[in-house]
Amino acid sequence: MSIWDQTWTWLSTGSNWTGSDGVTGRVTQHLELTAEAVLLAAVISLPIGIVLGHFGRGGVLAVNIANAGRAIPTLAVLVLLVLALGLGNGPVIYALALFAAPPMLTNSYLGMAGVDAEIKDAARGTGLSAWQSVRRIEVPLAVPLIAAGVRTAAVQVVATATIAALVGSGGLGRFVVDGFETNDYGQLVGGAILVALLAVIVELALGRIESALTPGRRHPAGTSSPASIDPSMTLPAGASGQAQRSS
Amino acid sequence: MNPWWSADWFTSRSDQILAATRQHVLLTVIAVGIGLALSLPLAVLGHRRPRWRAPILAISGIVYTIPSLALFALLVPFTGLSKTTVEIGLVGYTLLILVRNCLIGLANVPDEVVDAARGMGYDGLRLLFKVELPLALPAVFGGIRIATVSTIALVTIGAEVSYGGLGRLILEGFQNDYRAEAFGASLLCVALAIVADLLLLGVQRLATPWRRG
Repeated sequence: MSIWDQTWTWLSTGSNWTGSDGVTGRVTQHLELTAEAVLLAAVISLPIGIVLGHFGRGGVLAVNIANAGRAIPTLAVLVLLVLALGLGNGPVIYALALFAAPPMLTNSYLGMAGVDAEIKDAARGTGLSAWQSVRRIEVPLAVPLIAAGVRTAAVQVVATATIAALVGSGGLGRFVVDGFETNDYGQLVGGAILVALLAVIVELALGRIESALTPGRRHPAGTSSPASIDPSMTLPAGASGQAQRSS
Repeated sequence: MNPWWSADWFTSRSDQILAATRQHVLLTVIAVGIGLALSLPLAVLGHRRPRWRAPILAISGIVYTIPSLALFALLVPFTGLSKTTVEIGLVGYTLLILVRNCLIGLANVPDEVVDAARGMGYDGLRLLFKVELPLALPAVFGGIRIATVSTIALVTIGAEVSYGGLGRLILEGFQNDYRAEAFGASLLCVALAIVADLLLLGVQRLATPWRRG
C-alpha cells in the first residue's frame, strides 16, 4: 500500500476522528493552546507596545526584540521550559506566549508611534486629556497594525503548537510526532495535511478580520513599513503584518 | 541534581557536538544558497513583469504558512526520511523572505538612476548587474540575514527527520531529562545565529562601501 493509500485510509477511518485523541479532540486542544497563549501574550505585550509607542520611546527595543526572537529556536524554548517546570499545558503555553509577544509588541509600538503628531495636537486642542486621546484617537488609528500583529502572532503560535507535541503536548502535532515514532505513515501524512489546513484557515480567517478592521485598501506587502525605519532591519518584524517563520 | 550547565558535557561529547554543529551549518548554508539562487531570478521576473509579482508572492506565502513539522512530514512520501526532505523544507521557507526583500530592493532603485543608466547605454542584463542589483544590495543582504537566522532556528525541527544538527542534541537532552545537554545545545544554536548574522553584516559592509558614513 502506498503512503497516499495509507493516508487516505487513516483520514477516512471514522474512529480516528472522535474522542479526545481523535481529530476533533486534537483540533480543540490545538485551538485552546493557541488562544490561551495569544491571550496571555496580548495582555502583557499590547499595553507595553501602546505606551512605548504613545511616548515614542524604546522604538529600537520594540523593533529589535522581534529580530532577536528569530534567533531562538522554538524547540529550544519548549524543551527548556518543560525541563524546568515539568510536563503539562502550563509550560507549553508560557513557551508559546513568548513567541506570540514580539510581533504584537512591535506592531502596537509602530501603530502608536505612526499616529500623526498633528492629530495628537488637535485631540489635545479640543480638550481631550492625554489618556482620552490615547483611548479615543490614537489606539483606534493604530488598530490596523495591532490587528496585523495579533494575526502574525496567532499564525506563529498555531505553527509552534505543532512543535509542542515533541515535548508531550496535545494538539494536532500529536499525529505527526506519533506517526514519526511508530512509522505510521498514514497517520504522519494525514496529520500533516490537517496541520497545514488548520494553519492556512487560521491565517485566512484572521486576515479577513484584519481587513475588516483596516479602513481603505490594504497596502501591498512590504510597502506599509514606516519610511523612517531602515527597511532592511524591520521588514519581517511585522510592520506589514508579515508572518514570522520560526517553527 | 540535574544542573543546567556542565563543562563536562562540552568536553566529553565534543566529537558529537562538533559533528552536529557542522551538519547545522551545512544545512543552513545550502538552504540559504539554493533559496537565493531561486529567489533572485524570481524577484527580477516580478520586478520586470509586474503581472507575475502577485502569483510569485502568493505561492511563497502559502509555503510559508505551513508549519515546519507538517511540511517535513508532507515531503516524506516523496523524499523519505532524508537530508533532502529537510533541505527542501528549509529552502521553501527562505523563498518568501528573500523574494520580498529582493523585490523591495529593486523597487527602491530610483527611476532617475535607471533612466540615467539607460541614457548611458546600459540595458538588459548589464543594467541589472551593474546598476540595479548593486543598489538593491542592502535590502537583499537584509533578506539574507533574516533568512539565515530563521533557518538556523528552523534546522532544529529537522531532528524529527534525523537531520536536525544541534536540534538532535536538544531533543536528546529532553528525552533523557539531561538539562545540561538541552541547554548547552540551545546556547550553541543561538550563538551560531548571532555569529552568522555578524559575519553577514561584515560582508554587507564590505560589499556596499558607499553606505558607510
